[in-house]
Amino acid sequence: MEKENQNNQIHHYDESNTSVVNLTINGNLKQLKVQPWVSLLDAIRDHSNLTGTKKGCDHGQCGACTVLCDGKRILSCLSLAVMKDGSEITTIEGIATDGDLHPLQTAFIEHDAFQCGYCTPGQICSAIGMLQEGKAHTREEVKEQMSGNLCRCGANTNIIDAIMEVKEKTL
Amino acid sequence: MKTSQEIGKPINRLEGNLKVTGAAKYAGEYNVGDLSHGYIANSTITKGKIIEIDESKAAAVPGVITIITHKNRTKLPWFDMLYADMDAPPGTPFKPLYDENILYNGQPIALVVAETFETARFAASLLAITYEEEAFETELAAHLDEARDPKKGMATAIKPLPPADKGDFEAAYKDAFARYEGEFTHGAEHHNPLELFATTTVYDGKGKLTVYDKTQGTSNCQLYIANVFGLHYNDVRVLSPFVGGGFGSGLRPQYQLFLCVMASLMLKRNVRVAMDRTQMFSFGHRPQTIQKTKFGANSEGIVTALNHTAIAETSQFEDYTEVVVNWGNMLYPAQNTSLDYKLVPLDVFTPMDMRAPGGSTGMHAIEATMDALSYELNIDPMEFRLLNYSEVDASENKPYSSKELKECYKQGAEKFGWKNRASKPRATKRGNRLVGTGMSTGIWDVIALPAKAKAKFSKDGKLKVTSAVTDIGTGTKTIMTQIAADSFAVAIDDVTFDHGDSDMPMAPIQGGSYTTGVVGSAVKAACKALQKKLFKKAKNISDSPLSGLKITDVVFKNAAIYSKEDFSKFINYKDIVVADGKNWIAASKSNIPNLLELKKYTRAAHSAAFVEVEVDEELGIVNVTRAVTAVAAGKIINPKTARSQILGGMVWGISKALREETMTDHNLGKYMNTNLGEYHIPVHADIHDLDVVFVDEKDDIINELGSKGVGEIGLASMAPAIANAIFHATGKRINKFPIHFDDLM
Repeated sequence: MEKENQNNQIHHYDESNTSVVNLTINGNLKQLKVQPWVSLLDAIRDHSNLTGTKKGCDHGQCGACTVLCDGKRILSCLSLAVMKDGSEITTIEGIATDGDLHPLQTAFIEHDAFQCGYCTPGQICSAIGMLQEGKAHTREEVKEQMSGNLCRCGANTNIIDAIMEVKEKTL
Repeated sequence: MKTSQEIGKPINRLEGNLKVTGAAKYAGEYNVGDLSHGYIANSTITKGKIIEIDESKAAAVPGVITIITHKNRTKLPWFDMLYADMDAPPGTPFKPLYDENILYNGQPIALVVAETFETARFAASLLAITYEEEAFETELAAHLDEARDPKKGMATAIKPLPPADKGDFEAAYKDAFARYEGEFTHGAEHHNPLELFATTTVYDGKGKLTVYDKTQGTSNCQLYIANVFGLHYNDVRVLSPFVGGGFGSGLRPQYQLFLCVMASLMLKRNVRVAMDRTQMFSFGHRPQTIQKTKFGANSEGIVTALNHTAIAETSQFEDYTEVVVNWGNMLYPAQNTSLDYKLVPLDVFTPMDMRAPGGSTGMHAIEATMDALSYELNIDPMEFRLLNYSEVDASENKPYSSKELKECYKQGAEKFGWKNRASKPRATKRGNRLVGTGMSTGIWDVIALPAKAKAKFSKDGKLKVTSAVTDIGTGTKTIMTQIAADSFAVAIDDVTFDHGDSDMPMAPIQGGSYTTGVVGSAVKAACKALQKKLFKKAKNISDSPLSGLKITDVVFKNAAIYSKEDFSKFINYKDIVVADGKNWIAASKSNIPNLLELKKYTRAAHSAAFVEVEVDEELGIVNVTRAVTAVAAGKIINPKTARSQILGGMVWGISKALREETMTDHNLGKYMNTNLGEYHIPVHADIHDLDVVFVDEKDDIINELGSKGVGEIGLASMAPAIANAIFHATGKRINKFPIHFDDLM
């Protein structure tokens, strides 16, 4: 039985089995020909050459792949690209406007809110999404709402300081 | 005259813009043309042999290019030494795909290369492997009777074995007024940098390889690849300009590098091999260690007897060691000591240095024992440490090159408000939570190694300094730029520091908190050599304002050379380059430490951590509500990035004491929680008020900069301070890490 299943799997695994996915990434319409099993994360990193979005676990456990999809923060590793056909995606490369850093980007630099920088794109995209959701009012709530984004370097206090500074300025 | 002073300024990270905009590229992100993708298959048994690998189904998947196993791999050298990297412990290094033997669970056994990542991953899942299994042993506690002395090797030089016993420990312990005896355990831990290990190779057609690798040592990987694959050193270039965290995991070349290079050479193509998160648990870890302590003190509170033993796991093929038991007598001058460190080989991969290796392990036992003894004696824990304070390292009867630990205690305690604490445990409550405070000392070695750097000054007034060293997030790029600006006497805006490229001057692997001192001294030396060269050339310029002067007669300031006697006599650096007729003038210099002189001193950074915890009385949940760590680490080059290093160490302390642990199923010989959902590290909601104090410390001995490095010291003191605070809160002394709520219920 198991062997039969495996044979079926091979049968259905066809490189030419691609779908056309229309994504507007950072304002640019992209028509990607991807196989249905390509994650949104890999579509962004490998098929659109936007490597600012990071892969830390590929399982929705670390938050490094966070992007904004139609304005909401999502884990791009947990979506297939084909599921997001027609969506507007903003990645870390699309956060600054005309070379002017977003206030969160500036605050991250000022507060030294990163060390290795690998979780940073996810932290910033997540923070933008979190602030737009408007659910977090206090520092404790911001920490809770940002807890899906891991930082192994231990920049946690600096990350929250940076977000709080921007949150307080924009209120 | 204005003096350039960049050292000591809290400037922002120079690569900050690249990191917040997504422009910083990591090893697996070079989307070069004609790229094929490798996916690794790993052994699912722990020990035995591969009998057969049935590749038929995998090979039939459209898009699969090749499947590499021990059967069809390229020829590999048999000579073990060719596989030895700069961080190889004594023994036989692991050789991927060498033969059919399985040495540990998760061992790489095949690489499937395909046109796409998804195809390679899918095909790898179709490999059908038949094994012959053998009995294995992975449980340290079950094999303590097999503990033996570690083999000695190159690594022993920077990881000394315990010093010989002193006095008569048994008699002194028996006679002691107060005693504490403890057993301390922690399981395996894995580094888990957030970036997955990855390599991208660019095959240029003439046998030359450009390799983008996740590593903490570009020179190390270049050497390894050249040796293993019989390539000329100059034909291998390893680049690692951005590294998504290391913590020790990148100190040795990892197997994705080996497999990616092998595939690239076999296929004559560009290849990428990236690990998944589970594979990040298959190449080295902090070794599970079981420690025992017996400390005795007299009625005045002086520690007279100190016994500390440790038994750690290693692999069956290499003797990985770390310094665990030596620290106690370096700090506390007991005259009767007995120290021992032994290994038990198990069927696991060789353990690896993981942030504060040995130090964080040993300090847990030492500082929890000191804490326990202070309560036995009814002396405040910090007072007890001050009573046993020593200006010399009693373990070797050597003076410290500098030691401002007393200031750490004083300033840390003041900032924390230590004096307000209740002396008795379980005496303070906030609602339904027990509140406790604890403290701990920290210590970490200052390691000296040779390194080289190159400085180049161009006629447009720009200084460029290069070194093969990586920047794993420590701030290396930024502080090296600061050091170069001051050493060469130019404005920091005119300086760039390029790094992370094996074509650049050789640097040691980035670890052990020594990069600032080691590479920083080389940068300074190269800048000074370039100044000398400029001065020589300046004297030879016709009508030179400096003609007839010796180097002792001039000063280098503001990108110019001035006569000390008459500041109106000067010549700009730029004009020297122009007069020389070339585009730039360069100088390379190695910094070789004077080990004979250094050996007269014990060289260490110190810290003191103060922690408050709240423990839910009914549920046992622990929260680190606030903490202060005071650090004496010599000259702090950049207080902003250094503070971040200490904060990182403190978060690692919280993780070590309360969260992270790799759990093994000893029936399977396999790690069970190999993902970030089950391998717990602190999230933002776990981290509260953390503060850092740097105390002034001057050290003219350790290196050219007087800087000790801050990568490990923040962790060394943090985890034991948490355990001690939990005791103060609850009256329960838990000597295993991590401490979980069920230990306290």
